Amino acid sequence: MHELSIAMSIVEMAQEEGLRHGGRVNAVHLKLGALSGLVKEALLASYEIACEGTALEGSRLVFEEVQVVVFCPNCKAERRLDSMQWFCCYECGTPTPEVLHGKELEVTALEIQ
Amino acid sequence: MNPGPRLVEVRKNVLKQNDLVARELRERFRAAGVVVVSLVSSPGSGKTAFLEKTLTRLRSDYRVAALVGDLATDNDATRLARSQAPVKQITTGTLCHLEAAMVQKALEDADWDLNQLDFLFIENVGNLVCPSSYDLGEDLRLVLISVTEGEDKPLKYPTIFNSADVAIVTKLDLADAVEFNWETAFSNIQAVRPGMKVFRLSSKTGEGMEKFLNWMAMRLRELRAPAAM
Repeated sequence: MHELSIAMSIVEMAQEEGLRHGGRVNAVHLKLGALSGLVKEALLASYEIACEGTALEGSRLVFEEVQVVVFCPNCKAERRLDSMQWFCCYECGTPTPEVLHGKELEVTALEIQ
Repeated sequence: MNPGPRLVEVRKNVLKQNDLVARELRERFRAAGVVVVSLVSSPGSGKTAFLEKTLTRLRSDYRVAALVGDLATDNDATRLARSQAPVKQITTGTLCHLEAAMVQKALEDADWDLNQLDFLFIENVGNLVCPSSYDLGEDLRLVLISVTEGEDKPLKYPTIFNSADVAIVTKLDLADAVEFNWETAFSNIQAVRPGMKVFRLSSKTGEGMEKFLNWMAMRLRELRAPAAM
């Protein structure tokens, strides 16, 4: 359970950016990969706690969930991963460790009032 | 009239601070020519026993040191000190993982000359979830699973296996007693991390240790080899 420390980093980052752009932050948009090691629900609960007593209190955390995408060396193509328990190409079945997307943990935008 | 809310693009990696420190550490390690290996696993899978054996065996031919993370107590550092290698405990308090800044701080406190080291080990807090998000600047991350944990650990924790480079199956001396199925465990590891290097060994009997230690020595030679033309 390291969601709280991550949530606190997000709040800190959003506060700084909010000040820079001048205005109240209504929402923080976060890109969250399926391989980021974070649980969305736990992050959401932690976010509320982390916002308490800060300028971000009452703001929303908006998720853009990113599925795992791997590169298939056989098809030479990007493939969405069907199962986290089976890292292979869904077309030809070739196993692949090459992860192109899914580890994202990124604040992409702020809604500022 | 109040302007409506506007969307401002930010694009900032939340772990940027950790990643920056990790990058600095990695550059330092590279410049000093030390191979840095971190260990992750669930609590009780044998990280400390494995590390004690590894430090003891490597110490006869190489210069080694270890940082060891735990929520509380310095029991592990005391155990590892039996290997006679320099050891530094990192106590995280309530934190369930190590972060790059803790490694940086521990290295400052320990005041080791990295240029005088061949291998530096970093034992993470026992946890198969949280450590996966944090780069510590290591060259290699080992994920350990013991035969007593069951063959399906990789399927349950694909994220940590995807953050690691090598898997070590420990407590091989207990394999028969718990009817451990090596083929199943191996194929589960390959399912979540195709091509992953896997060692199986027993820290207690020493079975399989030689193979692992030889492989480590090879990593050191590779790191120190003059850059290819």
